[in-house]
Amino acid sequence: MNDAPASFRYVGKARRAREHRRFIAGSGRYVADVELPGMLHVALAASPHASARIGAIGRDAALALPGVRAVVTGAEIAAATEPMMSGLDLPKVLRWPLAVGEARYAGEWVAAVVAETRPLAEDAAELLDISYDALPAVVDPEAALRPEAPAVHPAHGSNLLYRRKFTWGPVAEIFAAATHRIQYRARWHRSATVPIETFGVVARWDASARLVEIWASVQMPKYSDQIARALKLPGNAVKVHYDIDVGGSYGGKRGLKHAVLAAYLARRLGAPVRLIEDRLENLRGGDAHGPDRIFDVEMAFDDDGTVRAMKMRALDDVGAYAGRAPFQLGKPVGAIVGPYRIAAVEYEPISVTTNKTPEEAVRGFGQAPTNFAIETGIDLVARRLGLDRIELRRRNMIRRDEFPYTIPSGSTYDSGDYDAVLQKALAAADYPALVARRDAARAQGKLAGIGISCCLEPSGGNSSFEPLLNPKNETTTWMEGCLVRIDAVGAIVAAMGTTSAGQGHETLLSTVVGEVLERDPESVRAVRADSLWALPSNSPVGSRMAIMLGAAAANAARKVKDQLLAIAAHRLGAGAAELSYRGGDVLLASDPARRITWDALVDIAHRKFHLLPPGMEPGLQALAVAEVPTGGSLPGPDGRVQMYPCYAFEAHVVYAEVDPVTGQTRLGKYVCGHDCGVMINPDIVYGMTYGGIAHGIGAALYERFAYDAEGQLVSGSFMDYLLPSAHEVPDIAIVDHCTPSPHTVFGQKGSGEAGYLGAPAAVASAVNDALSPMGLHVAELPMTPAALGELLAARDEEGK
Amino acid sequence: MSQHEIALTVNGRARRARVPARMSLVDFLRDELRLTGTHVGCEHGVCGACSVLMEGRPVRSCLVFAVQAEGTEIITVEGLAPDAEGLSILQDSFWELHALQCGYCTPGMLIAAHALLARNSAPSEDEIREAIGGNLCRCTGYKQIVDAVSLAARRMRGANRPEDAR
Amino acid sequence: MKAAEFDYERPASLADAVAILAAKGADAKIIAGGQTLVPLMAMRLARPALLVDINRIAELQGISREGAFVAIRACTRQADALAHASVRADAPLLAKALAFVGHGQTRNRGTVGGSLANADPAAEIGLAALALDAEVEARSAKGTRTIALREFFKGAMETAIHPEECLVAVRFPVWPGRVGAGFHEVSVRASDFAFLAVAAQVELDAGGQCRRAALSIGGAAMMPRRIGAAEARLAGTRLEASDIAQAAGLAAAALDGADDAHGSARYRRRVAMVLAERALAEARDEALSR
Repeated sequence: MNDAPASFRYVGKARRAREHRRFIAGSGRYVADVELPGMLHVALAASPHASARIGAIGRDAALALPGVRAVVTGAEIAAATEPMMSGLDLPKVLRWPLAVGEARYAGEWVAAVVAETRPLAEDAAELLDISYDALPAVVDPEAALRPEAPAVHPAHGSNLLYRRKFTWGPVAEIFAAATHRIQYRARWHRSATVPIETFGVVARWDASARLVEIWASVQMPKYSDQIARALKLPGNAVKVHYDIDVGGSYGGKRGLKHAVLAAYLARRLGAPVRLIEDRLENLRGGDAHGPDRIFDVEMAFDDDGTVRAMKMRALDDVGAYAGRAPFQLGKPVGAIVGPYRIAAVEYEPISVTTNKTPEEAVRGFGQAPTNFAIETGIDLVARRLGLDRIELRRRNMIRRDEFPYTIPSGSTYDSGDYDAVLQKALAAADYPALVARRDAARAQGKLAGIGISCCLEPSGGNSSFEPLLNPKNETTTWMEGCLVRIDAVGAIVAAMGTTSAGQGHETLLSTVVGEVLERDPESVRAVRADSLWALPSNSPVGSRMAIMLGAAAANAARKVKDQLLAIAAHRLGAGAAELSYRGGDVLLASDPARRITWDALVDIAHRKFHLLPPGMEPGLQALAVAEVPTGGSLPGPDGRVQMYPCYAFEAHVVYAEVDPVTGQTRLGKYVCGHDCGVMINPDIVYGMTYGGIAHGIGAALYERFAYDAEGQLVSGSFMDYLLPSAHEVPDIAIVDHCTPSPHTVFGQKGSGEAGYLGAPAAVASAVNDALSPMGLHVAELPMTPAALGELLAARDEEGK
Repeated sequence: MSQHEIALTVNGRARRARVPARMSLVDFLRDELRLTGTHVGCEHGVCGACSVLMEGRPVRSCLVFAVQAEGTEIITVEGLAPDAEGLSILQDSFWELHALQCGYCTPGMLIAAHALLARNSAPSEDEIREAIGGNLCRCTGYKQIVDAVSLAARRMRGANRPEDAR
Repeated sequence: MKAAEFDYERPASLADAVAILAAKGADAKIIAGGQTLVPLMAMRLARPALLVDINRIAELQGISREGAFVAIRACTRQADALAHASVRADAPLLAKALAFVGHGQTRNRGTVGGSLANADPAAEIGLAALALDAEVEARSAKGTRTIALREFFKGAMETAIHPEECLVAVRFPVWPGRVGAGFHEVSVRASDFAFLAVAAQVELDAGGQCRRAALSIGGAAMMPRRIGAAEARLAGTRLEASDIAQAAGLAAAALDGADDAHGSARYRRRVAMVLAERALAEARDEALSR
């Protein structure tokens, strides 16, 4: 199927997003808007050293300030809480919300001050007298692997957190027999999602109920469980409110240390505690940096450009603590060959610690840097053979008739028609005209280029990377729940159990429920359960909500619909096969005059027990919990496993000009061909794709968490960490295509990470096309003006 | 501690308060007046989430101390709608064309766009990008915002019929 | 990022302002637009004990033509200066420079005097002022003095203004005749601080020969620099491409030789050269069109 089926009533139609109504009025409810009586405020004192032993912490001056209630240090926190879990099996890599004994990165939070106002807390934090014994720090990830490098966690013995070489297929044989091979390094420097809202949490301890209440700007699976565990409380002693609007997250807002700290303080002080990162705290000490990778890659290929095998070594610098970051090396296993028919792969992920801010999840969970590494190779193969980059891709891409297609690492791609998407993108970009424009610019002495990238967006979010990288963790369940209820007056409520950060889940939910019940989505109210409800959720990660919330909502709605049909069948004295469901009314297919209306069915369900079929529960509500499609199996001994269930695809075409002296890159026409199966709400999907592309442009050209040799973050504010504005992001055209997924109720695939997964590769491809007449090539992001300008200056000088 | 009496107009209403000198205008609006529609993003004047109109001009309210706003007229996002239930054409156009996702930068964007349309009834795409160039968004990639401002301008120039909505 | 505590005064007159400065000395700091000062205070890198808010002083507002000068009072908003007919007509180099200052929103608060007093080495207003040999008027309790722009910048973020002085106005000489201006800078993103900027103004005679040229470069050193050698090279020429290229080469040579956070010395010299070429060509073309 190439086009969205016309048979849906509501799915796929243009519709305003209902949650936007409160945002345009300025009535969103973000964590900083939560005000509780007696609320106290936290400020943090951070280590100025990248590595140091923490000595005495003099707090008298701080505590003497009026309005200051407490000063808490790592020692106290460590005594009272469990260390925060790492996903890997690393018993000696311990982490608490505050530094314990040693500071391991510049910016690590060493002490927390609690006061009646935030300004007072900051005043007091400045008065803390903390002595440090600076220690040698390791900043470079390759240096961190050398035996002489100082270990960030001495008890662990080294900086190596994880290393394994996966071999899938006859890699060595293919390389030995290969006609050609290339070898290259691709460097993805550290950047992150950096939402405009920082992370924040408000915690309250209800002493009579023995309950911690949390309001947070969070996007974190199993958040309440992990908070409970850290606080040594039973799971049902933590209630996380999910009806807080999150001002952007894109993977990064995990906030575990913040919540544990705030909850601990709330309980200790008997007052609600608010901890909202300011921007400096966020960038340096919020523990939300993104992948920081060195890829060393080899590709073996034939004369005609067929890529036969690939070896990829991915070294990732996670900073000072483990968190979930190492898993970002595991997820890309699910699309390790990209959209290409590469028969054999050797993949060696290596995770190391350095004395830098910890890395957390970033949109795509490692797929964007991996796509950049793969696409860099594809372009280099084309360059080596003198082949057209598009033609080379077409030769190597998996064909429509080959789906479902299982890649060497064990994941099966569900559906796709990559060539059709690429052709659509090229047509929309008017590729021949773009080439002519480029060539005309070159004739004028400009450096002009066109970038192409073809990348996969795995979606559905299971966590097979957990058992893959940590065999002790046998988690195969990745579920999502939804409750649908029709009340006594026929109004519909649908409940979800997690936060949203702009993905339009309330609209998704109401559209899906409306579709199944054949009722106007505007009549469906979407609400959010808190974490104590029986609504399991794994939060909107891994582009999973269209698939998972979509499945749970559809299933719950279907159960309610079945109940309505059963009531009607009983009333009409007919079998299920004889009935038709029409917009909530049920009628006899053979005699449509015999019908029961929605209102009448609702009335029976709620009030007329004597008319219900025997054995049926009164009321109209259903809970459904969906497991991730294709999930439920553990990796094999060679690491083969089904990663995510559904695979969306994007083909980017972008025009760029590089100033030959200043090195500034100016992007022109930008087209993205996008296939995420059936789109439940097209405008929402487009929006996230535009945003993902903008995000990718940032990573490709502007954003970098740069460190000096002493481990000091030199881009610690928005003056130096540069987010793209409306000047830096060009107009973007999206052309869509639809190859439905066989795994989902409407054929939808996930799309929350769209754009970001292919844009960095596309921009790099464009810049390299622009530089290619000069024989130059860049495989390091970001490609800043200074970096490109330097390259061009050196080339110029050689030429003289 | 330096405390000051201030009197100013916010969204058409006269307000009086006693504020510490160091309280920023954005913190005053949010914490003292409970107008939480204006958001804090960076506190160093780069992201624009805190934009408000001061004497009709968009400014970063994180870079103004509340005491400096004495005697001025401030409009925040809460003051853009014609009444308690309604929406301005600009706000409605944002909704129609999905010019937002998480909503955090949205109040600042609306302020910047509102100020643009007040002085330029037919802005070009470049002029729109220039006007919102000081408001950072991480969700939308700006395209739908630019389209929404363009749509709003068209609707405000015309009769604003329902069919003009797209 | 909440500022440390401070006392706050908002004098109604210039006399009151300088009296406070005289009394409080180094403890007092003037706040005008605050676009640079307030971020520093939020980061607690600046902690003045007393802020003296000069935004409501009438004598510090406004733009007027004073004989051969365009006089801009210190607290004039950058946005107002950019839009002012007299600035556009009589100080075109300043008008072009102003368009690059920050962003529209920051120009709504930021002031012309504030930018000058802040003395960022790449700041646009100071660069244009230096190119045009503007004059700064400073007032203290002891009286008024005039500081030529060539004496004004002392180092990065450092000027000749004394702690007890308040900048009152800056006067830009008007160039009569066939005048053209060019301003170019390089920043990573559109509204960022420039790391290199070039300001150029030329005056041509009726025949198209250059009567005089002014060229200044910012971000190349600790403070903005006038490139007299380049100006001399251009005077009397027809500003052909080769003249401009040689002048630009002299400008590039004026950079200090160190690599810095923005790039290597080699990169910065090349950028300086091309910016100077572009600025001079733009100035020439504008003058020719008059």
